[in-house]
Amino acid sequence: MGNEPTDSSAFGNRLSERAATLSESGIRRYFELAEERDDVISLGVGEPDVSAPWGARVAAIESLERGRTSYTANRGLLELRERVAEYLTRWGLSYDPGEELLVTTGASEAVDLALRALVDPGDVVAVHQPTYISYGPGVELAGGEMLPVPTRAADEFALTPEVLSAAGAEEADVLVLCYPNNPTGATMSREQLARVAAFCREHDLLVVSDEIYAALTYDGGHASIASFSGMRERTLVVNGFSKAYAMTGLRLGFAAGPPEIVDAMTRIHQYTMLSAPTTAQYAALEALSSCGDEVDRMRREYDRRRRYVHSRFEEMGMDCFEPTGAFYAFPDCGEDDEAFAEALLEEQGVAVVPGRVFGAGGEGHLRVSYATGMNELKTAMNRIETFLVSR
Amino acid sequence: MDRELLEVLASDARTSVDDIARQLDREPEAVAAAIEELEEAGVIKGYSAVIDWDAVDASTVRAIVELNVELDRETDYEEIADRIARFPEVKSLLLVSGNYDFAIEVEGKSMQAVSRFVSEQVAPVPEITQTVTHFVMETYKDGGFVFEDRDEDDRLSVSP
Repeated sequence: MGNEPTDSSAFGNRLSERAATLSESGIRRYFELAEERDDVISLGVGEPDVSAPWGARVAAIESLERGRTSYTANRGLLELRERVAEYLTRWGLSYDPGEELLVTTGASEAVDLALRALVDPGDVVAVHQPTYISYGPGVELAGGEMLPVPTRAADEFALTPEVLSAAGAEEADVLVLCYPNNPTGATMSREQLARVAAFCREHDLLVVSDEIYAALTYDGGHASIASFSGMRERTLVVNGFSKAYAMTGLRLGFAAGPPEIVDAMTRIHQYTMLSAPTTAQYAALEALSSCGDEVDRMRREYDRRRRYVHSRFEEMGMDCFEPTGAFYAFPDCGEDDEAFAEALLEEQGVAVVPGRVFGAGGEGHLRVSYATGMNELKTAMNRIETFLVSR
Repeated sequence: MDRELLEVLASDARTSVDDIARQLDREPEAVAAAIEELEEAGVIKGYSAVIDWDAVDASTVRAIVELNVELDRETDYEEIADRIARFPEVKSLLLVSGNYDFAIEVEGKSMQAVSRFVSEQVAPVPEITQTVTHFVMETYKDGGFVFEDRDEDDRLSVSP
């Protein structure tokens, strides 16, 4: 037959070094543990607990009914890019939809394309930590070397020129920024960003700024590093529809930056994805056109949960930096975070993610997602309290 | 604070004052005082539970009844509404646009009891010209709550 399973695959030792050595996500183990039980309340989920706005879903359905199932332009539907350009003006950003925007298959693809377009083998990419788990492997796959820059709870998990210097980031080629941040829920103020911007200009660092949680900022609003003088020309902004518009499964993101970088990313994109999913692009177009109220509603709801969760942790005596963006709290568990998370899951059926998964500075913390209904959230917080009392 | 406070109570009236205070970042005393004020002002009309009666096998039958009325110089909608609203069997009463004037929700112990109530108590109101009764066969959502034990959370337990 020729396709019967064999004892040893011919691929084993012939995988590329990059693929063979790429480490598995640190979350995987907890995922498996959590899946084994059916009484688990998961606070480990990094996605909204609501579906995409109905208007966006209807637009997706309608696009299918009309048979819009072909490729779009490599850069994405022009109409969508125009809307995206308009959307970005709320953060003081101005981009030409023709040359400076690229619609991608999720923000993750935009990050990957940016790293592949900017990083040569041996190039150093500074990544502040704790942060989203994909940047490191992304740098690795692009052939670069990641330089971890730990941030601290004492600095509200904000990046500072001092910690950049201490990590040796003057020598880096690229800096990856993720604010509002997953997993800490930290945001950066204009003043804090201004100092990092000065550092980047002084040491000639390019910036990939992942702003996927920009619309979920609770106090003071979001600031983009690209809006600072002299930064637009050295920054690639990444954003998308997964978090604010609850469209995770539709996989739609975008990148905005100077024409040279967007053009380079578009060339890589056209040989891999060709174009982002057409159905999702129509959904996104409608989301930007008519679903702003729903985003506001979601943000208000997350805001309430944020305050609830933060205040519960404080009352329990768990030191917790007050998150100002995204939908995560990052309390200090005062001990080995992995052991804590495992015992919490085992004894109380509450799944959280150990902070160390997100890199340096995450040890001893837990990522707690409050993108979970209020009733479940209350039960989960009560269980955590019981767990703490029993120790 | 009122709007946010009302939103919390509307989604779960049993939320404790302490929990509301945590969610709204206010002092519990301020929350308690605001609730009292809203109750006194009649903004909060009352608190009730949304119950899936089928789940407890209680013999409660519900019906939506359309009412057509004919107004005259002496009688307006308010007066008719006032009269119908007094019946304890009537759980809700709405003046609506369209082919009929009022939509009322009636609860009774059996279909027979509901029918008897409509024909003996409601229909005889002089201004009512027609009633159409729709018995509720199944409830899928009520008071904002989706019924049935469907776990719709199909997200991964842990994700990046």
